[in-house]
Amino acid sequence: MDKVIIADNLSLAYSDNETIINKANFSIDSGSFVFITGASGSGKSTLLKSLYGALKPIEGSLVVGGVELRGVSSSKLSFLRKHLGIVFQDYKLVKEWTIEKNIMLPLIINGYEKAVTQNQVDSLLKHVKLQHQIGKYPQELSGGEQQRVAMARALAHNPILILADEPTGNLDDYSSQLIWNLLEGANEQLKTTVIVVTHHIPENMTVRYKHYHIESGDIREVL
Amino acid sequence: MKSFKNHLSLVIALLSILFSLQVFTIVDRAIDAYKENLAQHYSLVVVAQKKVDIKKLQKSFSIIDNISELSPDSVIKKLNSGISKKNIELLKVTLPKFYKLKLKYYPSPVELKKLTESLLKRSAIQKVETFSKTHDTTYKLLVLFKTVVTLFAATVIIVTILLIFKELRIWQFKHNERMSIMGLFGAPVWLRSAVLFRLAIVDALIASGLAFGLFTYISSMPWVREQFSHIGIDIVVFDTMYDFLIMLGVSLSVSILLAIFIVLGHKEEV
Repeated sequence: MDKVIIADNLSLAYSDNETIINKANFSIDSGSFVFITGASGSGKSTLLKSLYGALKPIEGSLVVGGVELRGVSSSKLSFLRKHLGIVFQDYKLVKEWTIEKNIMLPLIINGYEKAVTQNQVDSLLKHVKLQHQIGKYPQELSGGEQQRVAMARALAHNPILILADEPTGNLDDYSSQLIWNLLEGANEQLKTTVIVVTHHIPENMTVRYKHYHIESGDIREVL
Repeated sequence: MKSFKNHLSLVIALLSILFSLQVFTIVDRAIDAYKENLAQHYSLVVVAQKKVDIKKLQKSFSIIDNISELSPDSVIKKLNSGISKKNIELLKVTLPKFYKLKLKYYPSPVELKKLTESLLKRSAIQKVETFSKTHDTTYKLLVLFKTVVTLFAATVIIVTILLIFKELRIWQFKHNERMSIMGLFGAPVWLRSAVLFRLAIVDALIASGLAFGLFTYISSMPWVREQFSHIGIDIVVFDTMYDFLIMLGVSLSVSILLAIFIVLGHKEEV
């Protein structure tokens, strides 16, 4: 099976004297669904940031979607990010844009035609059960609804890899279930690789998917 | 309303820069026209022992527009009684020659002093009357007026630029988040900055348009024309083509520069 992520002796740090991930080795198969867990401050979000190139490795190698991220150029990084779907814990929606425009963002960046973009946005809004909120701005929605918009944005351009950082962190059960269903749907139907960083894996998902745990700067698969 | 507010701050700042520039231009034009007017009514008088070669003298000084010899008839008329015709003819020959020198433009006191000195170096020329007291006062008044207006315009521009820099920080904060989010989804720099540049260009166009309307209105006001005609000048208060293009160029440059600063100052979120 193809590997979508290969980490070889990967070390990550925000400053020289504090290594957060230390010489980790792991790989993730294309089309898999992976959970990454760990205690607060263990480096889960740091690892996720490195996967979309917001934090460059200080040592070793990290290849995502065939792109080596150590010393990656900004044009190559842009190319990679165009094929990623990222869900952030704090949603990262553009406040001055309507929810439709927020969902459109990756489609605009990838140069989709206007008609295709509109169809895709309409269909995604139905999927995330927000079709009645058309025309609204993110701050007019609840946290759960905002995260559903962020989810729709991550799925909009059929990415090869979805990276989700605590996607259900502070959400109600309804929104959480909807998010999990969407992530599972993307993985099962579109064969999109999904990596979810979370504190808590839903009980019905613990057995089915791969699980990595971060502790003391090391990443180990939980068998 | 929110979108209007977004535009307002930069538009007002740009408008005040354009206003100061145009006021400075108008004053500059008015002073130039007034100097030209003064030059037309201003002349020097040169007294020479003997006839001077007018063409040769004019060629030697580029500032001289024309030279005319003043007739001694009026002087002789006063002495006319009791003097024979023969003696009058003799007097005509022995009287010094007077020449009126018209200049191409209104000279500065330094230029005038240099010209006087150069003229007096010629052996035939005995005296040069520059009417310097009147000349100096008028010239210094003009210079003072221009300096005051320049200082005023420069102060307004400096204060406005400081305000723009403050606005820049607000813009940086406002656009940084959107640019970072777009960057996280792989948007190239031009796409991330497109909104910013569009906003900057739109604001520059709005400010130039408003300034165009304002100065077209001012230049069409009879009161403004009257003020200039009172001091005997007629100037173009607002050249709809030339001045507008300069305004457009200035406002576009300032606002695009502002956008470039923001793009360069943008730091990607980690």
